[in-house]
Amino acid sequence: MSTTTSAPVAEKKGSFTAAAAGYLEERTSISVVVKEFGRKIFPDHWSFLLGEIALYSFIVILLSGTFLTFFFQASMAETVYNGSWVPLKGIEMSSALNSTLNISFDVRGGLLMRQIHHWAALLFVAAIGLHMLRIFFTGSFRKPRELNWVIGFTLFILAMAEGFTGYSLPDDLLSGNGLRIIDGMVKGLPVVGTWISYLLFGGEFPGTAIVGRLYTLHILLLPALVVALIAIHLVFVVVHKHTQYAGAGRTQGNVVGYPILPVYAAKAGGFFFIVFGVIALMASFFTINPVWMYGPYDPSPVSAGTQPDWYIGFADGALRLMPPGLEFVWLDRTWSFNIIIPVLVLGLFIVLVAIYPFIEGWVTGDKREHHITDRPRNNSTRTAIGAAGVTFYAALWAAASSDIIAVHFKLSIEGVTHAIQASAILGPIVAYFVAKRICIALQKKDRSIALHGYESGRIVKLPGGEFIEVHEQLDDYERWRLVSYESYRPLMIRPNSRGKITSMQRLRAGFSRWFYEDRIEPPTRGEIEGGHDHH
Amino acid sequence: MAQDDNGGKDLIAADSSTVDDRAGHPGTAVIVQDAVENPGFPPHRPRITDLDPEKERRAARTVYTLFYLSIVGSIWAVAAYMLFPIESGKISDVRLNTMFIGIGISLALLALGLGAVHWAKALMHEKEGVDLRHPQGGSVETQARAIEIFDEANQESGFGRRTLIRNTLIGALIAFPLPAIVLFRGFGPQNDDPAKLLTYTMWKKGTRLTRDPSGTPIKASDVTLGSVFHVIPEGLLEKSDMLEQKAKAAVLLMRLKPEDLHVSPDRKTWNYDGIIAYSKICTHVGCPVALYEQQTHHLLCPCHQSQFDITHEAKVIFGPAKRPLPQLPITVDSEGYLVARSDFTEPVGPSFWERH
Repeated sequence: MSTTTSAPVAEKKGSFTAAAAGYLEERTSISVVVKEFGRKIFPDHWSFLLGEIALYSFIVILLSGTFLTFFFQASMAETVYNGSWVPLKGIEMSSALNSTLNISFDVRGGLLMRQIHHWAALLFVAAIGLHMLRIFFTGSFRKPRELNWVIGFTLFILAMAEGFTGYSLPDDLLSGNGLRIIDGMVKGLPVVGTWISYLLFGGEFPGTAIVGRLYTLHILLLPALVVALIAIHLVFVVVHKHTQYAGAGRTQGNVVGYPILPVYAAKAGGFFFIVFGVIALMASFFTINPVWMYGPYDPSPVSAGTQPDWYIGFADGALRLMPPGLEFVWLDRTWSFNIIIPVLVLGLFIVLVAIYPFIEGWVTGDKREHHITDRPRNNSTRTAIGAAGVTFYAALWAAASSDIIAVHFKLSIEGVTHAIQASAILGPIVAYFVAKRICIALQKKDRSIALHGYESGRIVKLPGGEFIEVHEQLDDYERWRLVSYESYRPLMIRPNSRGKITSMQRLRAGFSRWFYEDRIEPPTRGEIEGGHDHH
Repeated sequence: MAQDDNGGKDLIAADSSTVDDRAGHPGTAVIVQDAVENPGFPPHRPRITDLDPEKERRAARTVYTLFYLSIVGSIWAVAAYMLFPIESGKISDVRLNTMFIGIGISLALLALGLGAVHWAKALMHEKEGVDLRHPQGGSVETQARAIEIFDEANQESGFGRRTLIRNTLIGALIAFPLPAIVLFRGFGPQNDDPAKLLTYTMWKKGTRLTRDPSGTPIKASDVTLGSVFHVIPEGLLEKSDMLEQKAKAAVLLMRLKPEDLHVSPDRKTWNYDGIIAYSKICTHVGCPVALYEQQTHHLLCPCHQSQFDITHEAKVIFGPAKRPLPQLPITVDSEGYLVARSDFTEPVGPSFWERH
């Protein structure tokens, strides 16, 4: 091959790999992709793995779910169970439950696959939640990543929808009661509730349509959306390049870490198998959703201690926490505030989560890109808001198990409910102030260490008889981690060009004061040099 | 996409200056002139496997041993599939099958994953690399060209100039999804009114109360003091829409001492000698109110813990429900079997908008 323009990979004669690469290259220009991404740098930190866990558990869900679709019958047609599980033999049930039991008892490895699917789904939502908390507390949602936060948030909602639709498919007693609650909630919504329930269930509850409909959502519409949004989410990660924690040598203008080839290919690829392996291990040893214990759905029986899957708990808990009497007839219509209030409160809560990056961006007015993550302590108000949100969520979540808590700790259900009601309101306030004070205290400690060094444990007796503990200075690299953050000052209200102070600006100034009145600014060079002199 | 055009080659040292040349207004961020300088990268610290060839060999052994183990796990899973059948139908066999296939798969996956990660961490070249970031947004020329393209397209199509064409196009685009919304009406049967369906159940005057799930009728004399029966209307089991009817018609039957009951004047005839029947469907969101406390005569809904006091016509004493459970008026027929006097006098189950 003398003067042709063939790619350099093709020049290695004889090797099969080279020939194959050359063949591909001449038909796909694949070298462009390799050049672009092969040595792309990713920063390293354990907290960056949370999103990876979410991604990998989703792949596990797709694989195991595909297997299940080959056996599952998404139909509510009445059948008589005649499979291997003796206690339910001869019982009438829907094809959905019948085929679920067959997967569990008559397909070798079928139960394993069901449990892998269910455990992976539980892990998927949990990993997304933790990933979101990581992004939130480190401020990684700031410009230019606000839209990616919204996409990730949407994925969280879709993951819960995937979970709930999947949970409802076996048409067992427990999931049927879950659908019953959804039906009751929907019916309680003003104006449209009755009709939505009627259309959703194809007539009166439970009808014979819901499992088939949820199945279409569960395996077609929702996964398509999830896959599409994950793709966009990852494209954005590539476009923005990953954030990194503050550290010596790391700037807003670079990204420090290891290249995709070979290190991340091995680490991330290996981590996929670890996540898959852990899920498989859980599925091998721990039963999840034993539908054969519950039996077919029937609107009359229910077992005590009914629980939704964990990620729906906060919504169920919100229903449980409503005090009595919040429903009345007005204008000849029923206003079910015992439904409307939790729906509105949860709606407001998740909308606030979704738009938080825009609120903070508006308060700071900071239009620069941020690629170095915050340490949570260095933005105390954001961290405190996050702590309050987590506490609120946790209270609702605990409420979903109020009956189990009461039984387990031999308390009255009334007492437990009232305690959780109180903590849903007071808890976030307490958490806010505790978190804020802890953040500021940690900042003070950092500042003191940066200025005066750390306590070395070496006690020295001075000639005058005085004992002191010698403070050792940090080296420049360690100190950089403590001092390389930005702080914000509260907004000064200034009249605009027409000499007016708008109410919007007053509001923004109010928020700004709330966010940044209490703050510890990082020590400057002058202060550190001055600080050295003290010892 | 990524704006690297360096092919991953610009592994350059960090700029140690702290000059922040990011575009955009910093807002209320404090810009410190006297900020501490970024000291640049710390010196590289080699790993033990970089220094000690014996450690390196051991790490290599660990990696390929893990990969061998992974192969063993996969083979084991295949063997377990054959060695642990489930066709006996015994739960213990299902458990063994699940466990041993699972152990094999888990071992295959975990060993593979751990091997790859260990390889990366202990053996692969571990000097960190640096990529430069570029601000988001195309170059000035790219942006200008994008604007130019839209301008040209606008000129060539007349999109901005021919306002009637543009506005009718927008109108047509808004209108075209409307039929799809209408099609969703077909999700429910065409000729029913959902609110009306919720106002009645299959109880009628003279319908016998029968046991759930057997469907055998109940004699008043069978209902001893303190007992509780789960009740369905006679004929329910033959219904083609059995579950839908049951979701409205399920009833709990109890017998209390007549003196324990606080009966309002218009319900004097609704119980039979202390035997009372209440809808079992919670007025909150419709779970079955299945838990009866015999001592206190309270009914508890296990879903959201609403409690109803049976001695006071099932009024709510705790929890999110508001309305009492509807009472089914009952009496006995000539053979002594319990029958309904009528349907419920109000809709059962969860509240809905049109309820009044």
